Formats: sequence, C-alpha cells, structure tokens
Amino acid sequence: MKVGVLALQGDFREHAHVLRTLGADVVHVRRAEELPEVAGLVIPGGESSVMDKLARTFGLAGPLRDAIRSGLPVYGTCAGLIMLADTVLDAIAGQESLGGLDVAVRRNAFGSQNHSFETDLDIPAIGGEPMHAVFIRAPIVESVGPNAMALATIADGRCVAVEQGNLLGTSFHPEVTGDYRFHEYFLGKVAARA
Amino acid sequence: MTESTSSEQFGSSRVKRGLAEMLKGGVIMDVVTAEQARIAEDAGAVAVMALERVPADIRSQGGVARMSDPDLIEAIIAEVSIPVMAKARIGHFVEAQVLQALDVDYIDESEVLSPADYVNHIDKWNFNTPFVCGATNLGEALRRINEGAAMIRSKGEAGTGDVSEATKHIRKIKSEIAALSAMSKDELYVAAKELQAPYDLVVEVAETGKLPVVLFTAGGVATPADAAMMMQLGADGVFVGSGIFKSGNPAQRAAAVVKATTFYDDASVIAEVSRGLGEAMVGINVTDLAAPHRLAERGW
Repeated sequence: MKVGVLALQGDFREHAHVLRTLGADVVHVRRAEELPEVAGLVIPGGESSVMDKLARTFGLAGPLRDAIRSGLPVYGTCAGLIMLADTVLDAIAGQESLGGLDVAVRRNAFGSQNHSFETDLDIPAIGGEPMHAVFIRAPIVESVGPNAMALATIADGRCVAVEQGNLLGTSFHPEVTGDYRFHEYFLGKVAARA
Repeated sequence: MTESTSSEQFGSSRVKRGLAEMLKGGVIMDVVTAEQARIAEDAGAVAVMALERVPADIRSQGGVARMSDPDLIEAIIAEVSIPVMAKARIGHFVEAQVLQALDVDYIDESEVLSPADYVNHIDKWNFNTPFVCGATNLGEALRRINEGAAMIRSKGEAGTGDVSEATKHIRKIKSEIAALSAMSKDELYVAAKELQAPYDLVVEVAETGKLPVVLFTAGGVATPADAAMMMQLGADGVFVGSGIFKSGNPAQRAAAVVKATTFYDDASVIAEVSRGLGEAMVGINVTDLAAPHRLAERGW
C-alpha cells in the first residue's frame, strides 16, 4: 500500500519523512500517471497559488479532483488545506482549488511572517495531550459547511482543523514539530479504505 | 472541540525557519516595481525580493547600493499575496529594523548591496523577522546561522547571468557537508576550527548530513536549465535576480523557470519549457570581472 505526497512545491520531504517513520511506503506525486498507484495523498505546506498553477499546467488537477470525489483519503496542511477547500478567500486572480472540503478557507489569514506563531491546541479527535502547532503565514477556516466538521480552534475561536469523510485539513504543520498524531489518524483512514 | 490552552509564541526559530521550509522547491524572483511583482506572482513565484535596482543595474550604474525606498517595498507588499523579501546591507542593523517595521516577510542581509560594516554582520537573533544570508562555503553558512540566519542561499555572482559561481559555491557547501558526515566524532573539533564555525553546529551538520536551515542558491541563474542544474546539485530552491526581468520575455521565462525547478530531474520538461523564450539576459562572464567588482566575495 503506497501513500503519495504531492511534490510540486513545498515541504513534501518532511511529510514523506513522517509517513516513512510511521511505516508507510511513500512515493512523490508530480504527474497524473503516478496517482492511481497511491492509496492516500498528503498535500504539503507551501505556496497554494504555485501548487495550483503547476497542478493545472501538468494535467494533475483534474485527476486529483476525480480521486478526491471517489473517496481517496487526502490530508492537506496549510497550502494543502487551501487546495482542499471548496471556497478560497483572498486567492490570487485565477487561482483554483481542488475542493472536497465543505469549507471556506482564507489564505494568509494572520498577515505577514511577523504574525506567524506557535501555540498548543486541544484536539479531541486525535486524543491525548494538547498538540503543539506551528502556524506559518497560515490560512484559517472561516466557515465550516454542514458536511464538514471542525476539529480544533485557536484561542479566539477560529477553526484551524477540519475533517470530512476521508479528507483532513489543518492550518498548521504537524510535519515540522515531530508530533505525528495527525499523520497516524490519516494513515488510519488510508488503511480503513484499503 | 475545545479552545487552545496556551499563549501564542512569535518569532521563534521554528517559525522563522519554517517559512523557508514552505518556500522549498520554489523560485524567488527579484522585482523592482509592483507591476513586476504581479508578473512574478502570476508566473508562479513562491516569493518576491523587492529592490530598487536589480543586481545587473547595480553593477552597471555603480555607486553605493542601499536598502530600497519604503514606498516601493510597501507598493510591492500591497500588490501581491505571496511572501515579500527585501535586502539590507551587510551589518546595517537599522536598515533591518526598518524592513521589520515595514512588515516584510524575510530580510536578505545581502552582499549585492554595499556593506555597511566590514567586520560584523547583523545580530539576527534580535529580530522577529527571519533573515536569509549568502554563503560561499559551509563555514560562512554556519557563521551566519550562528548569528541567527533562518535560511541560507549559496552565493553566485549576482547580475552577471553567469551561473559558474553559483555552481562553485553550492558544490563547495554540499561537498563540505558530505566530508563532515564522513568524519569520526573526534575529527569534528579540528573540522570546526578549520571551518571557523561553531562546534555545536558542525556536530549537527555531521549528524544530520544537512544544514539546520533551508539552502537555496542564487546569483547568475538565467535559464530554466540553470535553475534545474542548481536543484540537481542539491539546492532546496532558487533565487532568480536579473535573469528574468532583464530578458526578452519576462512572464514566459519566469513561468518556465518555475516549471523547470519543480521538474528539475526531467529533461523532457526542461526542454519543453526552454523553447522559444526569446533573448536571455546578455550577461557578463565572471572571469572578465576584476576582483574588486565581484559581489560574492563580500561577506566573510
């Protein structure tokens, strides 16, 4: 069972490292023909406008949308969450998302890098201790539709993690903190579907 | 669902280095106007470097090169939603304070500008805004990291369109890292002395086989193949300075460099995107530059 990491741009190597540490057989995905061999996909942190452009230019966006619609487990962090959102706010002109999550996500919701931060979040869905979360020019889930479920909020009550069926999205980056519970939760979805 | 349990922490190393992690596999482009910034964002730049003159013009016009006008930087920040970087002179901590106050996303303490201090670099730990610094070798990179740099770019010879210096320096850094990894523990003390770098950082590099921060490359990259070569040599991403907006068709060339950086190991993609790009920047051969005019030699 192979798990893919979208490797167009961003911190895909960090995600691959986490998934391998958890015992997954990881492959990088840059082309449509690499998609059918994976049982799950992580969309990494990075620049969503760049990933969108490359995914469309190289014919990956359509097959990705189809795979998401047919139930492929996908976990997106930061830019990956933006890619999975049905609605993107503050997108660049012409930017498209893949969709799948019934949410509206605001890109770069906290402002410049000077407003990037770390904090602890209680996330009952993954259990245990609070999770240390790193937000880097992070997006926020501005509204959660009836089909999606909020998993975590920051102190001011805004949503930063969502789940909908086989889709999972976080504004923050578990791949850079060494806390792998979200990746384990995601791999559980992959295993359950296989 | 419950609320967060602890307060927020800003400006940590993890947050500063983290932004560079998210830029990996991407292209950062020099821009001198808001209009160029728009072209860069539309072409798929992962960030832009806001400056008043690209290195090729700094080189041809001469004189002291300084931090850009705050109006220009703000106009560029207002134009795009990708991260905006800006340059301060080596050692000019007040220019860096100004750039932090302008809310730029990254400060480049850059040898492309005229140094303000020929002894000290900026104490980068004093800032909330992260810094990227240039390096020609591993020791220089580790000294910058020790001063608080959150990202390193190997230096090339900016403003020439000649990629040979960038090649030399990324190879040098990569081979010095490989050499450290192959050493036994008792050899690292002397290695630290010879690199003129802090022992703890030398040990970290030896153990992990990589820099503790992201390593981009810069200086002289002018074509998609140049960018792909830097990636194949082990760069995490690429800065393109004069190479885009000093060329015949900036929008198309910028998009081509972005694609070649993602598909750096696929010659058929690089061939495809390299077609019909028009004039590359004319360029200067580094070997024709007298030593005092070589920017990469600034910084220590």
